[in-house]
Amino acid sequence: MMDNATLLDTLYASIGTNRHARCGDPEVARIEIHHNLILGVHLVPGLQVDATETKEGIEAKIVIEKGARIQKPIQICFGMIPETGIQEITLDIHAEEGSRAGIMAYCTFPNAVDIRHVMDARITIGKGAEYAYFERHVHGQNGGVNVVPHTKIHVQEGGRFQTDFELIKGRVGQIDIDLEVTGEAHSVSELKARISGAGEDRIQIRETGHLIGEYARAVLCSNIALRHQAQAQIFNTLTASAAYARGHVDCKEIVQDQAVAKAVPIVEVNHPKAHITHEAAIGSVDSRQLETLMSRGLDEDEAVDLIIQGLLSC
Amino acid sequence: MTILALDHITLHLGGKPILRDLSIDFWEGHIHALIGPNGAGKSTTANLIMGLAGYRQYDGDILFEGASIKALPIHERAQRGITLAWQEPARFEGLLVKDFILASAKEKTEGRVKKVLDYVGLNPDLYFSRKVDKTLSGGERKRIELASILAMKPKLVLMDEPDSGIDVEALEKIFQALRYLKENQATIIMITHSLTVLQQADHAFLLCCGQLADQGSVYKIAQYFEKNCLPCIDPNPTQLAAMENQ
Repeated sequence: MMDNATLLDTLYASIGTNRHARCGDPEVARIEIHHNLILGVHLVPGLQVDATETKEGIEAKIVIEKGARIQKPIQICFGMIPETGIQEITLDIHAEEGSRAGIMAYCTFPNAVDIRHVMDARITIGKGAEYAYFERHVHGQNGGVNVVPHTKIHVQEGGRFQTDFELIKGRVGQIDIDLEVTGEAHSVSELKARISGAGEDRIQIRETGHLIGEYARAVLCSNIALRHQAQAQIFNTLTASAAYARGHVDCKEIVQDQAVAKAVPIVEVNHPKAHITHEAAIGSVDSRQLETLMSRGLDEDEAVDLIIQGLLSC
Repeated sequence: MTILALDHITLHLGGKPILRDLSIDFWEGHIHALIGPNGAGKSTTANLIMGLAGYRQYDGDILFEGASIKALPIHERAQRGITLAWQEPARFEGLLVKDFILASAKEKTEGRVKKVLDYVGLNPDLYFSRKVDKTLSGGERKRIELASILAMKPKLVLMDEPDSGIDVEALEKIFQALRYLKENQATIIMITHSLTVLQQADHAFLLCCGQLADQGSVYKIAQYFEKNCLPCIDPNPTQLAAMENQ
């Protein structure tokens, strides 16, 4: 069994960074968790974290205090170094009225053979608060991870919520994302997922938005690239039930080899002054893009990689 | 000296003859114009030289620097120095301008990227980290495409309708880039039906109904084109040739 310092070093190394370099700035808040061990918590003014270890993970309440403006993104590192195990994370996050914070979360399972990572989060964005959550997964090449992040978000009047889920390094394994956001008047919500699947990976994304207040806005966006026998199902649902609510659902999937992609966008408008659009594009790599890059000297594989790199970076 | 030779090319698309026994020699280091009315086979000729999908089955041969390139895929033709600037350049969602240019650049440095952006009249500070997507206008994408071609240092550039969809100022930047390519010993084949673009060429070929109707000085071809092709007085190249001989 590694000691905590070695675990931390290993976690950070797996995401391609050095712990000491990352932890050197006292103005950057950090929370570091391995399996059910809280390895480190460093707070900054305006941030409260109350975390407890459970049998297979942790439970944490995170509060960004009313009016607090946390300048530098809060760093969270979740992960498991062993090949097998379960990690269950339960989060209750409150961005109180008028606060602003960003979170950069890394979830790393570099050696996974049979790991189940479950995230159950409740997020409340207070009036006029701004909260951005960027989650980057780093998996190994075995695909032995089952990732199940389920999150419910409530964005109060004038609040802004942004989330961006990225899994483009290593194999996905299985992933089942379920995000549901409810936006009150004048709120803004952006939900984005960018995933690259290969081998026998299985991807399911369920993003749901409810625009219940006037002038509430939301964008649900999924960009997926699939190779080999990977499969993806994307279910995006956006409802608008208030005047001047505006929303857009966007799903783009590039499919190669024997991969299979399915997109089911559902838009529902219950108010005559609300408006929602949707766009879905599923198919192979665009031939014009491919030929353009090949006419610059890239072979087909290099050209496809560059096109997918672009898709997954936006 | 001939850099590219089309040798008795006959191409059918959808059962219809598009190019008919077309033979043209393009001289090294020149700016050539391939002019003709819509449907003459100009873009088809460019696509065929580049080896695009759908333009690979034809009779005849294409010789580049004396060797046949007929069997080569697109990227191998490009690696030999041939490239194509599309009439309407592709959009690449999420791909940064710098990465797009670096992908083709011989000298893979940020300094080189900035230099070629500057050369096509785009401020590197504003465009370097932008994306080659729908947020760029058609004219901007056209200039970024040309910047990527400058970075590639090609031997032969096929330019399909270089003036399509861009304003006068942008067109002048494109002409400036053309001159830069020529100064660097590149050969350029411009596909056009614009007399303004034609004026940039050293030499012109007139295509009509998939055949070479005439070739010669820009002045001669421009006069002929303006008189007989705008609008087309007779879509029969045999008759056109006969008329010119009278």
